[in-house]
Amino acid sequence: MPSNRNIERYVAPFEETPVAAVDAVNTSQKASSVWGDAWKDMRGRWLTWVCLALIVVIAFVAIFPDLLAPSSLKSCRILNSVEPPEAGHPFGFDVQGCDVYYRVIHGARASVTVGLLATIMATVVGAIIGAVAGYYGGWLDSIVSRLGDIFFAIPSVLGAIVVMTVIPWGRNEVTLALTLAVFGWPQVARIMRGAVLTAKNADYVTASIALGVSRGKILLKHVVPNALAPVIVIATVSLGTYIVAEATLSFLGIGLGDSAISWGHDISTAQEAIRTTPMLMVYPSAALAITVLAFLLLGDIVRDALDPKARARR
Amino acid sequence: MLWYIGRRLLQLIPVFFGATLLIYLMVFAMPGDPIAALYGDRPPAPEVIEQIRQQYNLDKPVIVQYVLWLGGLFTGDLGTTYSGRPVAEELARAFPITARLAVLALLFESVVGIAVGLVAGLRKGKVFDTAALVISLLLISIPTFVIGFVLQYLLGIKWGITRTTVSPEAPWGELIVPAIVLASVSFANILRLTRASVAENMGADFVRTATAKGLKRGRVIRVHILRNSLIPVVTYLGTDLGSLMVGAVVTEGIFNIAGVGGTVYQAVVKGEGPTVVAFVAVMVIIFMLANLLVDLLYAVLDPRIRYAK
Amino acid sequence: MSEDFTTTPDPSLEEETPLLQVRDLQITFKTVGGEVNAVRGVSFDLYQGENLAIVGESGSGKSTTATAILDLLAENGRVSGGSALFNGKDLTKLSRKEMEYIRGREIGYVPQDPMSNLNPVWNVGFQVKETIEANTSLRGKAAKDRVIEVLKEAGLSDAGSRLRQYPNQFSGGMRQRVLIGIGMSARPKLLVADEPTSALDVTVQRRILDHLGTLTREHGTSVLFITHDLGLAAERAEKLVVMYKGQVVEYGNSKEILADPQHPYTKRLVAAAPSLASRRIQSAVEGKRTPGTVGDAIAVARSEAAKSEVSTEAPLISVDNVTKIYDISQGGFKKTQFKAADDVSFKIAKGKTMAIVGESGSGKSTIAKLFLKLEDITSGTMTFDGRDVGSWPKRELLEFRRRVQPVFQDPYGTLDPMRSIGASIAEPLQTHGIGDRASQRKTVAELLEQVSLPAATANRYPNELSGGQRQRIAIARALALKPEVLVLDEAVSALDVLVQAQVLQLLADLQAELDLTYLFITHDLGVVRMVADDVTVMRQGQVVEAASTDEVFENPKEQYTIDLLEAIPGGKFEFGKSA
Repeated sequence: MPSNRNIERYVAPFEETPVAAVDAVNTSQKASSVWGDAWKDMRGRWLTWVCLALIVVIAFVAIFPDLLAPSSLKSCRILNSVEPPEAGHPFGFDVQGCDVYYRVIHGARASVTVGLLATIMATVVGAIIGAVAGYYGGWLDSIVSRLGDIFFAIPSVLGAIVVMTVIPWGRNEVTLALTLAVFGWPQVARIMRGAVLTAKNADYVTASIALGVSRGKILLKHVVPNALAPVIVIATVSLGTYIVAEATLSFLGIGLGDSAISWGHDISTAQEAIRTTPMLMVYPSAALAITVLAFLLLGDIVRDALDPKARARR
Repeated sequence: MLWYIGRRLLQLIPVFFGATLLIYLMVFAMPGDPIAALYGDRPPAPEVIEQIRQQYNLDKPVIVQYVLWLGGLFTGDLGTTYSGRPVAEELARAFPITARLAVLALLFESVVGIAVGLVAGLRKGKVFDTAALVISLLLISIPTFVIGFVLQYLLGIKWGITRTTVSPEAPWGELIVPAIVLASVSFANILRLTRASVAENMGADFVRTATAKGLKRGRVIRVHILRNSLIPVVTYLGTDLGSLMVGAVVTEGIFNIAGVGGTVYQAVVKGEGPTVVAFVAVMVIIFMLANLLVDLLYAVLDPRIRYAK
Repeated sequence: MSEDFTTTPDPSLEEETPLLQVRDLQITFKTVGGEVNAVRGVSFDLYQGENLAIVGESGSGKSTTATAILDLLAENGRVSGGSALFNGKDLTKLSRKEMEYIRGREIGYVPQDPMSNLNPVWNVGFQVKETIEANTSLRGKAAKDRVIEVLKEAGLSDAGSRLRQYPNQFSGGMRQRVLIGIGMSARPKLLVADEPTSALDVTVQRRILDHLGTLTREHGTSVLFITHDLGLAAERAEKLVVMYKGQVVEYGNSKEILADPQHPYTKRLVAAAPSLASRRIQSAVEGKRTPGTVGDAIAVARSEAAKSEVSTEAPLISVDNVTKIYDISQGGFKKTQFKAADDVSFKIAKGKTMAIVGESGSGKSTIAKLFLKLEDITSGTMTFDGRDVGSWPKRELLEFRRRVQPVFQDPYGTLDPMRSIGASIAEPLQTHGIGDRASQRKTVAELLEQVSLPAATANRYPNELSGGQRQRIAIARALALKPEVLVLDEAVSALDVLVQAQVLQLLADLQAELDLTYLFITHDLGVVRMVADDVTVMRQGQVVEAASTDEVFENPKEQYTIDLLEAIPGGKFEFGKSA
């Protein structure tokens, strides 16, 4: 049988594989937390900086539009209707004879305000509800989850169409953001609930219970920090989604009031002149697309950075 | 499996009543006169108002109003449009058109989206993948209505390949371009989802074992990688139907399609509150039922759901 | 055959060619931090009908070597040098098509984790059948009959009726049998078995390995075992390759190597491996404790065999007739009751270690949870220091928590990844309001020193530490409140042998130093031998046997205990003793 075949015993030269001290801590590198690691990963990608630069520019435009487009450009003269660009009016004039450059710059604020407000409201409410439901479980969880299902059953823009149709007097940033958030929170709540359910069964939570740490403290100090990553990702992405929603509603004419300047509204009016001056549509569309793209890409980058598996795969 | 279907149906009941009540309350429990809200700046004549008050049972308590309104939804009594036609009749005419559009859009987004996503996922980091990723990001960032206008302008006006608007009967052929517009965002999302899911499954233990069994690469991809990657895509289709409905309002509006979305679009633009509410309510109900279907499909695809207690 | 072959002349074997001849194999992985050489210069021969085991700790490159032979390396890995001749063909240079032909048909593969290696969306019959159809000419009914035959051979007697079931309806052991069936389905010449049973209970492991042995012997299949378990390697393979950090440190006849290890690393490995021949670890505190000299300490421990004295004083912990019943929802409103612990009783004296041993589902962890007051007792009593644990007043719960602390199994889950090591160790101090910030920081540094870690570790995060280090941190955290009892729930099970020995030594030292009482939950009888004074053997919620450690090992009374003892891989070997 095979085992009688003698083989030569091989022993590696000792110096070739030094037996290091068992399990020594590597102190040569800088300490790295989960967030630190994620940031280190993001820092190394040029795309991160492009996104952040875009977002800084967009924020600047939204906060200080007058610095870029002074109010001297504000007045519209029907005589100037669809006039091509000229000195001082780089994008020309729209159907109403308004300066397109002025409207593109001033349209940023409405988009960003609605997007930011809706995201903050939906994320905060959704995260709190999801965390409480997932952590405490039981009947509270059942009720909250069913309630979430109800709101989830109405697509947020459809819901907003109804609300904005029946309250023409309330067509402003706050009501629009509120309406979007009312239908948007269940998505955040579902994600938070799932993440909390995973985190609350971790051994470190059990260890904290055994240490005598109170339930509420465990939720705040251990469970929530560990469940936050997917919520941050969804918040970044939904900021883009809400901006599109605002534009869509403004396009339908039920977004912000007539006095507000909105890219969606401008795209809608540019449609009337599409045969003669298609460029009218390009400016607000490009502004909108770049804004959405910046947040969307940032969401992708954050997701990759927070997921070590994705990091390894790249 | 039967148990699973039963449970999903049971869960649907509270959601159904909750969601319809929510829509009802949004309209009739808002501060201010609901009639004024529904009819906006064009208030009807006093005798018409009285008629409407009776039609909507506004003299009764809110919950009774809701029950009667819901009964109306079921029996097809959805009120009338401004032009005097019953909403139900309008719906019956519009529905098949939108159904055709939706079928085309779903077909396009799932077939092309999954195919492109699969190839991109298998070749992660290569030129094809990067191109697919860039295009999908652009499609998601540019709102549907812009894509609609651009295609309408290029294909319809500039090159004259297609008609700019769809004729009232909306035959299949004329719906192709609107369907692509409608599907664009979802197509991009499905592409990204499939790509990520394929890339993840490629590293899965069972895929390595399948290769180790001696299966050919094509079979490993088809039977193990693609099949498993479809599960998250199907889950996504459920939520995606919601954005498809919003997209239908916009797309049908742009291409002047006389479907459900187009009707809502016209009603919104003209400020016809009752029509908007009735149609949106119907859309939400369809959304719920479609989601149920997706859940069942999900259970078919993933035996872990079927056999979980 | 191949020109490469001529470069390895070995006069004694001229007439016979090895089935698998690996020569100077090098494997490189591309990572963010540059190229990493995971395997450096591995060579060995495997003849037809022979079994060879590659033994090593995690990160030694043993699995990487196996996957390279099947050309299944992850995308970022490649063979950067050397060769692997199989029947004269160099596996590292074959085209995809040629490799597809060889896989399954000539080289079978049994993967490590039965839970993740079957596709969850296809039924079991389908997954076996596609293997048969890919590697044989059988189709249709004939293929189906073969599926049943293959599964029956692998030990699934009811295979015929279970073909349409899905993997999640099978237990881990059953899935592993399916995977063995798949690996053997085309009667390969070589079977690569990568830790084929490490996820299973010992008795199941033994049955499956016995079966695999019979099956491969019948068909003359050679087996390449990949394992971390020296005992298993010695028992199942004639030849042994010991790997450490990507290199072969020792290669030869397995019994020779285990009896007389030559390389310092192999010596340590053999010394640290828990087995029936192990002895109770003695604390080396009396002498000078120098961290890292694990093997020596154990050698000392073995020379002076411990005797557990029967204590006469009142027990610190007393568990009497404890039962725990869980309600399990069966879908809908149906509920069944599951008795996780059934009339369990035992006593632990102060300063002693009681081991509770059992396989999965034995209820051993339930006992730990009940004693930690993480769950409520259904009936029976548990007393600690003369007071009833179940009715311990809520107001004084903190006091109980201070005195009884746990250490859990999973080193990766036991520390909050978001918080620094210092914050984790300081948490018990903060919760119990002990000292101010400065004194807490000092205590943290002291605790780290106690578990032989540098004080600077406090600023680091769990993801930077190894499993053994995390487990030592968890012990430090548990010690922060100066408890009297540590409940160690599989606390060393997930660790590599050397690190495991180090942690066990640490526990023994701490016990001697601080007069700690341990409730040690484990599935590993070898470890029990090294740490416990008394043993309680559990099965399906009930106590099977309870006695002193020596009694249980030398004179087991119950058949189940005997089965457990016999199932320990390499149980009969006396490691490190020259034959």
